[in-house]
Amino acid sequence: MPASFMPSAQEMMRFLPETLLTLAGVFLMVLEAIMAPENKGRLKAFALFALAAALAAAVIAYNDPGPAFNRLLIIDGFATFFRVLVIGVAILAVLGSSQYLAREGANPGEYWALVLFSVVGQSLMVTSNELIMIFIGLEISSIASYVLAGYLRDDARNSESALKYFLLGSFATGFLLYGVAWIYGLTGTTDLSQIRADLANRDISNSMMMIGAACALMFVGFAFKVSAAPFQVWAPDVYQGAPSPVAAFLSSGPKAAAFAMFLRVFVTAFEPVADRWEPIVWASALVTMIVGNFAALRQTNVKRLMAYSSIAHAGYVMVAVATHSKLGIEAAMFYLAAYALTNLGAFAVITCLVGKGERFVEIKDLAGLGARQPLSAAMLTIFLLSLIGVPLTGGFFGKFYIFKAALDARLIWLTVLGLLNSAVAAYYYLRILVVMYMEEPGDTVENTQEMGGALKFVLVGSAVATLVIGTFPSLLLDVASRYAVLGR
Amino acid sequence: MPDGYLPIFVFLPVAILFPVVTLFVAKLVRPSQPTPSKLGAYECGIEPASNSRGRYTVRYYIVAILFVVFDVETVFLYPWAVRYKQLGWFGVAEVAVFLAILIVGYVWAYKKGAFEWV
Amino acid sequence: MIDTALFYVFALMTLGGGILCITRRNAVHAAIWLIASLMGVAGLFLLQRAEFLFAVQIVLYIGGIMVLFLFVIMLINLDTAAAERQYSGQWKLALGAVVLAGGEIAWVMARGLPGLGAAAAVQDGGEGGSDGNVERLADLLFSEYLLPFEIVSILLLAAIVGSVFLARRRTS
Repeated sequence: MPASFMPSAQEMMRFLPETLLTLAGVFLMVLEAIMAPENKGRLKAFALFALAAALAAAVIAYNDPGPAFNRLLIIDGFATFFRVLVIGVAILAVLGSSQYLAREGANPGEYWALVLFSVVGQSLMVTSNELIMIFIGLEISSIASYVLAGYLRDDARNSESALKYFLLGSFATGFLLYGVAWIYGLTGTTDLSQIRADLANRDISNSMMMIGAACALMFVGFAFKVSAAPFQVWAPDVYQGAPSPVAAFLSSGPKAAAFAMFLRVFVTAFEPVADRWEPIVWASALVTMIVGNFAALRQTNVKRLMAYSSIAHAGYVMVAVATHSKLGIEAAMFYLAAYALTNLGAFAVITCLVGKGERFVEIKDLAGLGARQPLSAAMLTIFLLSLIGVPLTGGFFGKFYIFKAALDARLIWLTVLGLLNSAVAAYYYLRILVVMYMEEPGDTVENTQEMGGALKFVLVGSAVATLVIGTFPSLLLDVASRYAVLGR
Repeated sequence: MPDGYLPIFVFLPVAILFPVVTLFVAKLVRPSQPTPSKLGAYECGIEPASNSRGRYTVRYYIVAILFVVFDVETVFLYPWAVRYKQLGWFGVAEVAVFLAILIVGYVWAYKKGAFEWV
Repeated sequence: MIDTALFYVFALMTLGGGILCITRRNAVHAAIWLIASLMGVAGLFLLQRAEFLFAVQIVLYIGGIMVLFLFVIMLINLDTAAAERQYSGQWKLALGAVVLAGGEIAWVMARGLPGLGAAAAVQDGGEGGSDGNVERLADLLFSEYLLPFEIVSILLLAAIVGSVFLARRRTS
């Protein structure tokens, strides 16, 4: 009897990216343990190779979409889009980290392994069609993230960041798991399509209180992971304390994966009660935007400012979640991809500029950057303009599509308030530009370090991509709308 | 409910009564001559040097955490052990994959000196 | 009859152990009483015929987690901790929470909650076979849910890396 559950070759092909990443991660740990220290430079190339292979496997897997492993996973367009996104983010994150790790004298072997494990978790999060798999994927990704946030363990800021992230993150996952238990108790299943069918067929008014409690508990877990208000308090402390390349990674890849599973669960399983959860997401989106933008106005630390900016951007994506329409899903996909590129690029500049031991993290340390490092300054300008949402950058069309979807879903007030928010946001991004180009460099001139080739590649690559998306948005939007297919 | 647990209910009172009865009988027959040195803590026959409730090194903690991780592993092996025959070679293969990945973790921790005692 | 009697024995163990656990001044004593409380919970699981949870409760909580607790207690300086004032006047808040939770439970028990029918149906559906709880769990875990089972090993591996990596001093 059990042999009939042997996964078929077809299913293994659909699961190939995760298999490759797992094997590579495990192999990396063996190599890290037994290899001579002088050869360990090759581990990075190995990690990159594994990620590239997984990327190819993810694309190939979509030739034959469908469920795998008794419908625990589903390889649909939505899953493929986010799989490619999170693996792509990981490749850029690896490229953007090596110089930093070498500068801080950290042993990078476990770093690559943890990044690979984190990607396995994220990839499972976006392909899961079932609550248990979602939980396990989320936990793998989270545990790897906690350790990455404290990777330089002799640095007190790193330890603080890892500890806060771990304690609050575990607490939030507890809420999520409790929600899963409630859903299972109510519907007798953890399969998203079956939950949807059960909720659609039952008399909702009869058990609304319990469904509401279950949805609310899961919302707490998801909102924490995407740093949406009122569960965003951890983000500034964690991103500020974590190593800069880790902050870049955390605020792009895992966040996109968390939004993907948020969308899948709420739009697939909880769709029958959408009119009940919509006001909550609506309010959370608004508060997230306001908290992120207004708190960012007062920051003097660049990393903390970027953390609040990342909260604000999570708020815009929450607007897309609140629409729960196909248009909204497309807009969220577009936005998350554009934001990941911009964010990774901006953090690449920060990674280089903070200097050894992250001593130069204040905005005033950027003074005169335009004269000192014209390339970095120019690229940072592009990223900041994209974060503001200036036309001809990816960020502009991201916001444009989200607010268009919101208007189509008749969320008029949310659109108006969101647009006002992006106007506020322009202030703090422009302030950095002013400091960079208008102010004389102070006594921190010596914080210039030659940028390595890999970091330069990340920087220029994401800047070009941001501009290309901004000039020809249909390139990405066509992909998003073609892939915004949620398997049911 | 407790059909299969009857032996336990027979065993339980015996287990509880055994130490009580032995200690009680011992109290009846033994001579009682307490002295201060008899009440001291026994530490290899030498007088205790300091309070045993001092602080321990953090290394114990790593060992404890690793113990919990491998404890969780045991919990997953338990159902397999119960259904070992029915699951056959398919089950063996599944568990082999599961264990292989965890053994890598063990090897890594060993090589990194997590079990070394300074 | 005997079920009811056993229920009250285990419930008394759980509650009594819990109360003694939070009122002992000595942290080690508190931990020992927590073990008693957890054993009571294990007994309650057994009464519900959840043999797997019973085993997990013994192996993981009493065996693993309690070891961790005791190690943590021994890592801190017990003498200074015991000398410090422990009750920081939060009992009013705690009392409020207890009254609220108790009222809620009483209300639910009196009224019943609509929507719980499905859960009962699931239980009945699973009760059919003569196999025990662990056997049925094993059949599911190693067939339908084999992917989560395998993937959990990655989760544990990440946990090993994390704990060893973060707790160990950096070597030169």
